Amino acid sequence: MPAEAIHVEDLHKKFGALHVLKGVSLSARDGEVVAIIGGSGSGKSTLLRCINCLENPTSGIIRVNGEQIRLKPDGHGDMVPADRRQIERIRSRLGMVFQSFNLWSHMTLIENVIEVPVHVLGVARAEAIATGEALLERVGLAEKRDVYPAFLSGGQQQRGAIARALAVEPRVMLFDEPTSALDPELVGEVLKVIADLAGEGRTMVLVTHEMKFAREVASHVVYLHQGLVEEEGRPEDLFGAPKSDRLQQFLRTVG
Amino acid sequence: MIGTAGAWGKLYGGPVVRDLLEVYTTVVRAVPELVLILLLYYAGTDLVNRTLEAFGYPPVDISGLVAGIAVLGVVQGAYSTEVIRGAIRAIPQGQIEAARAYGMAPGLLLRRITLPAMLPYAIPGLANLWLIATKDTALLAVVGFNELTLATRQAAGATKAYFTFFVAAGALYLLLTLFSNVIIARVERWARRGMPHVGGAG
Repeated sequence: MPAEAIHVEDLHKKFGALHVLKGVSLSARDGEVVAIIGGSGSGKSTLLRCINCLENPTSGIIRVNGEQIRLKPDGHGDMVPADRRQIERIRSRLGMVFQSFNLWSHMTLIENVIEVPVHVLGVARAEAIATGEALLERVGLAEKRDVYPAFLSGGQQQRGAIARALAVEPRVMLFDEPTSALDPELVGEVLKVIADLAGEGRTMVLVTHEMKFAREVASHVVYLHQGLVEEEGRPEDLFGAPKSDRLQQFLRTVG
Repeated sequence: MIGTAGAWGKLYGGPVVRDLLEVYTTVVRAVPELVLILLLYYAGTDLVNRTLEAFGYPPVDISGLVAGIAVLGVVQGAYSTEVIRGAIRAIPQGQIEAARAYGMAPGLLLRRITLPAMLPYAIPGLANLWLIATKDTALLAVVGFNELTLATRQAAGATKAYFTFFVAAGALYLLLTLFSNVIIARVERWARRGMPHVGGAG
């Protein structure tokens, strides 16, 4: 069995009185594509954002490539990374793709793509540019290399953001609703890029509203409901023969 | 510089740092500049000399120029703290978050992302401050610093040609401002390079 790339155990997250995650466990092995689905407010994005501690968990264990993130209490009820260098090192190899792209607006596309390799990972600039150009070519944006993000369509920005994530040679890619902010006609081009990546055996954790897409690309699907894993398994089981009432109802409402 | 450090401290510093900076910006912005100049010049010189004496050094005579630069720096620092704090707030949070998600250390994040991303929002405010500062130098006359307005008054008083000299001084201030505007416009165009033009073709 392949090694575990992401391991989350008994994760809790509270926002004040709101208990968003109530003991969630999640595992992604090398080469797996894990899709997290669930209704609005089910905690799926929070779960993803806890993996790289963009959101500080209230309690729980998080391991990335077998290395456990050392956490310490922050004095307000949450846990924060205890070792800044450790969390920065782990983060730098998790390619994260955001719902709202979050490309750096003062940098051109190629500058966005080489920023982390050059300044965080210490790759030589010329080498990073060569790699970056190849990645932009891959996502179909080679001719947009010197364009600033504000002058690109949402779909182009998101493909650029995927190139930025690929540039760090990620061990795991984290996708946080990558198509939710896109116009419907732009969703396809982004999903196609993600499907290609899944096809070449990349490890991914994907929070998505696109059920059809989750069914096609995921190797494992997790359905979250009110901060708990309600049901999980192979996509054909979950979508084909959902066991819990809530999942059946959820699938009826989303289509 | 003071403004950037101040804004950083106010946004991300601990409670003590934040409170100290709050006192600094509130006091400096509440007290009239003329009073501050007198206060910092006379009290400041006294304080520096007493400190020097305490360590066994002879007292120094602080020139009006040095004191003037220091005072204007402190005053401008307080105002620019607020300008820059606002500008940092205006950066789309997602860009900061993306930098954190890719493992940028705080110093790198400030240098590579926060500062360049906040510039377009800060420049109009900072440009205002700079233009005000060029005129504020006139206030330094009270501590005997021989700046443009004082020199004009003396020259005009000596020759009785008030009109000529004050028009000339006004023209000099205007020139300085126009020159500043050209530079500022350039800097702003550069800082806004990644932003779409507002109000038609630019």
